[in-house]
Amino acid sequence: MGKKRLGHEFYVFLAIVSLSLIIQARSGQFFTLNNIVDLMVSFIVPAIFAMCELIVIISGGMDVSFPAVASLSMFATTKILLSMDYTGNVFFAFLLSGSFGLIMGAINGALISIFNLPALIVTLGTQSIFMGILQGALNAQEIAEIPKVMFDFGNAKLFVAINPLNGLKSNMSSSILILFAVVIITYVFLHFTMWGRGVYAIGGDSNSAIRAGFKVKQIKFSIYCFVGIVAGIAGMTRVCMMQNCQPNNLIGMEMTVIAAVVLGGTSVKGGSGTIIGALLGTFLLTIISNSLLLLSIPTYWQSFFTGLIIIIGTGVTSFQLILSSHRLPSMRKSKNEA
Amino acid sequence: MKHDALSSRKLQKNDNTLLNNLVVAAVILITMAILKSSKFFSFTNFQSMAYQLPQYGLMAFAMALAMISGGIDLSIVGMANLSSMIAALMMIKLANLIPNQNLIIYVIIISCLIAILIGLLCGLLNGLLISKIGIPPILATLGSMQLFSGVSIILSKGNAINRLPPLYAKIGNYALFNIVPLPLLIFILLALFVSFMLNKSAYGIKLYMVGSNTKAAKFSGLHVDKIIIQTYCLAGILSSVSGLIMMSRLNSAKSDYGQQYTLQCLLIAILGGVNPQGGHGKISNVMIAILIFQFLSSSINMFPYFSNFYKLLIWGIVLLGVMIWNKYSKSR
Amino acid sequence: MLWRDNVKLGENSFMDTTPQTAEIILKASNIKKSFSGVVALDGVDLEIKKGEIHCLAGENGCGKSTLIKIISGVYGMDSGKIELNGHTYHKISPIDSIRNGVQVIYQDFSLFPNLSVMENLAYNTELAQKRTFVNWKRLRKIAEEAIRMIDFNIDLDQKVELLSIANRQQIAICRALINDAKLIIMDEPTTALTKKEVQNLFRIIKLLQVKGISILFVSHKIEEVFEISERLTILRNGKNVLACSTSEIDNQDFSYYMTGKKFEMSCYDPTIDYSATPILKVNNLSLKNGFNDISFSLYRGEILGITGLLGSGRTELALSLFGICPADSGSIELNGTDVKITSVFDAIQNGIGYVPDDRLTEGLFLDQAISDNIIVSNLENLSNKIGILDNKKRIAAIKEWLEKLSIKTSDPRDNVQTLSGGNQQRVVLSKWMSRNTAILILNGPTIGVDIGSKNEIHTILRSLAEKGVGILIISDDLPEILTTCNRILIMKHGNLMGRLKSSDISEMELARECISN
Repeated sequence: MGKKRLGHEFYVFLAIVSLSLIIQARSGQFFTLNNIVDLMVSFIVPAIFAMCELIVIISGGMDVSFPAVASLSMFATTKILLSMDYTGNVFFAFLLSGSFGLIMGAINGALISIFNLPALIVTLGTQSIFMGILQGALNAQEIAEIPKVMFDFGNAKLFVAINPLNGLKSNMSSSILILFAVVIITYVFLHFTMWGRGVYAIGGDSNSAIRAGFKVKQIKFSIYCFVGIVAGIAGMTRVCMMQNCQPNNLIGMEMTVIAAVVLGGTSVKGGSGTIIGALLGTFLLTIISNSLLLLSIPTYWQSFFTGLIIIIGTGVTSFQLILSSHRLPSMRKSKNEA
Repeated sequence: MKHDALSSRKLQKNDNTLLNNLVVAAVILITMAILKSSKFFSFTNFQSMAYQLPQYGLMAFAMALAMISGGIDLSIVGMANLSSMIAALMMIKLANLIPNQNLIIYVIIISCLIAILIGLLCGLLNGLLISKIGIPPILATLGSMQLFSGVSIILSKGNAINRLPPLYAKIGNYALFNIVPLPLLIFILLALFVSFMLNKSAYGIKLYMVGSNTKAAKFSGLHVDKIIIQTYCLAGILSSVSGLIMMSRLNSAKSDYGQQYTLQCLLIAILGGVNPQGGHGKISNVMIAILIFQFLSSSINMFPYFSNFYKLLIWGIVLLGVMIWNKYSKSR
Repeated sequence: MLWRDNVKLGENSFMDTTPQTAEIILKASNIKKSFSGVVALDGVDLEIKKGEIHCLAGENGCGKSTLIKIISGVYGMDSGKIELNGHTYHKISPIDSIRNGVQVIYQDFSLFPNLSVMENLAYNTELAQKRTFVNWKRLRKIAEEAIRMIDFNIDLDQKVELLSIANRQQIAICRALINDAKLIIMDEPTTALTKKEVQNLFRIIKLLQVKGISILFVSHKIEEVFEISERLTILRNGKNVLACSTSEIDNQDFSYYMTGKKFEMSCYDPTIDYSATPILKVNNLSLKNGFNDISFSLYRGEILGITGLLGSGRTELALSLFGICPADSGSIELNGTDVKITSVFDAIQNGIGYVPDDRLTEGLFLDQAISDNIIVSNLENLSNKIGILDNKKRIAAIKEWLEKLSIKTSDPRDNVQTLSGGNQQRVVLSKWMSRNTAILILNGPTIGVDIGSKNEIHTILRSLAEKGVGILIISDDLPEILTTCNRILIMKHGNLMGRLKSSDISEMELARECISN
């Protein structure tokens, strides 16, 4: 099984490479710097979400509320800053958004860890609540004019890529630094802290984790708090990059992010999963949603292709598992503890 | 030993849920009686609820069936829209070919049957992916949802199809004795059918067993794959009928109608006592959950200053509240 | 201290061969424990000395597990006291137990299958030291030290889920050791081990003894008890029956003390017509990596036992006959007719039923009603052509089997989980009996079943055999095989190595047959 996991990321990488080559062959535009930059920019927010969801799924849970958390945080923050005519450092915007996210994440965490309710159902419920607050109580509409500091941050670029053929310019947004930071933090947490190893342990066998001395309730609670903070930050990033605040923009993203993480080799049962895998899975789905234009495929084929990739991707691994499980009970000894 | 009690396949767990749901329903009705009695307890309102309810009610049953089998079906809305989309396109095409107005009814019937067939096939795909390929249900139906939506979008190029034969909407809005809407009758009939299947047929027992413990089901000689496929096919059929009803009310077909229904149906199923891990759930309880949802929905519409979205908020709170309550009453 | 049960010993019977001066690590006195009114332990004593290998023996349901859980602090005792390292406890918590060096290795080992060996070994220590950050080098050092303790050569980076049970057990032992264990309790450690692995385990246990660590070895297997332990304590029905050194007692007495019965009296020896067509005839059945060239016949009225160590292929053979893993080659004849069994459905259609060894996950639907569990395999006979259940028939069937098998329940709609082990097993039996199966294969039919139910189940099986149902029992419970079966097949490494009549052999000889090459 360990060997298979390594193979999994490789297959996704292979899929990415093949897809890229096909698109390049048909359009000649794939491997241009400006297309790559465009892809990376589209990749930023989903990838941040993927890091959150990765941790949740490794721990054996599932969180579908993070787009709602992000939307509510980003909207509330933008509205507040606008009303204050805020002109300070944009850092405060992120702080505020992250804090809102933290509160919502803590609610999720409390329900899941203290009451021991299944994560999927809890987050479905809280998703309803947060969206209800956003669209109902706050009557959220699109905010076209965002505070200047956020606007400027969204404009900030690391460099510009120009397509020599058609003069198209693509800005590599500075927001990618946020993604780097989140990835690095996730990596450090998962691999260099007992907290992170606890996440894996809980996903593997939560009873053994308790017996071994892991503080399971606290770890679970903090996972969802972490997701909340990062979702808030992701939402703010989104607002800055899009230069407006659309409260409904992120809805529905939860399923594609989960699919992306699973495509990358994370098992829905928990206990395993890598950052590289999650990023590769996200990148694969980003390519599909971005590159249809290059293939002169009308955008309304996107849903179809996304669905097809999800089915094929998960189908291949699942079927492999079925084939290998048809081995004999003498093998089942190692899986069957009396 | 209570042998005589064996005649009803009562599952003990649901006693709690039933009680909870009845309490919630009663609370809502009483609140409405106090606040908006004239509006709520009016014929118009009840008829309006009776038209709305079947649109997602059948999908709630579909979701419940999938969950009882130990899985989940996130593609119900996709199946509904695809079925109705294909029915719509067929209807329009055939109506154009056959100028004779008297034959339009047959055009409609054929198109509806084809829609149901599509629902069956979609469910078949789900069932195969889950049982034969072994993809976890949440991922398989997530993928198939995108696939079915995708096909709808491709067929319609993202637009709404709305030049349906007027007879269709007429049928959909028809009310028996001017009181009972046809969609509600269809809904009740199908509800009785599904309930009958679950309680009185061998398939029903097998479904509960498969949902409870797939391994033991295999060791007991049950055709696990066949039962799962049958279940998702049934879910597909229920979803397609749902789609046809939606289409008759909206008089058009579009690939993204009722997107919020997926989440709602999941919540309704859980509120209706269906255990997401499988093996438990009764149609009668899901029915009550549907009623609760409808009452809430309609009630909120009566307060003009409360936007529609408050529904979501309240629904989420109700769900979490019920789950916590269930936890505590079980541990006592 | 010594208790005997209506048996007089010779005058020179001697209790303790270990010197009285050896330090006592654990002394449990007069432990009493009940669960909801059912008495599990009724004044039990246990004494273990430093560096001693002590066996706690008894049949299923005698109270062994309960005693262990009390010693390790998982359960609280109703009364009695426990002395550990000189400290006296009337109430003991898990932390107290661990601090006094008590480490329990349960049958499920409490490992993390998705993590590496190294992590499984080191995390308990890291957590005990309240570490926040992971230093992989330090983890590796801890792990290396742990495996060195018992000369265990394993790839530290291997994921535990890929390892065999024997290896996982060794990891659990190493982990116990680096937690500074003074007394290691092993709960039925050899259940899933092959002969070679058992020997390795015994080597490790002796190594631990040299280090001054005591081992409490819980088992019901005669041959192991006599091979490895120095002293033993036998429990029956929650009471002490015997505590002495192993050299004091021979295997006959041992079985007697364990069961309270002299098994010679109830050996099954029916008259069989061996000239008739056998109910079941297996010819040269083979399955890759399972078993090889198996041929045998089962005649009307017989109860055939198949035994052998784990890994001998006996379970695989059963699963093959039941269609779970169909054989590669060979043939199966039922009443003289060739049948093809390629799926569970085939097997059931041909009248074969299977009572699995893992009752809880394979045999029962725990959260479903008892009534449903009884009829689940018989639904076609209880419904009409289009699949609608005939309620009268259904109720009649449920009533019939509840009575016939004396399944004790106040409400058949209760979950089957609420039943005791013995009653649960009866539900599994009723599932097949209601189908009037022609052949019933039972794997470990009385695991986790109390003595009373065990006897009743054996009686049921005998009456089934008399009625003409072919019964195959797969078990490693040698007394059970000897009393219930009239013929025994011994399997080793996938091959059929011996055929005996049970009246011709004693338990000790049978045990030796299973092991020898």
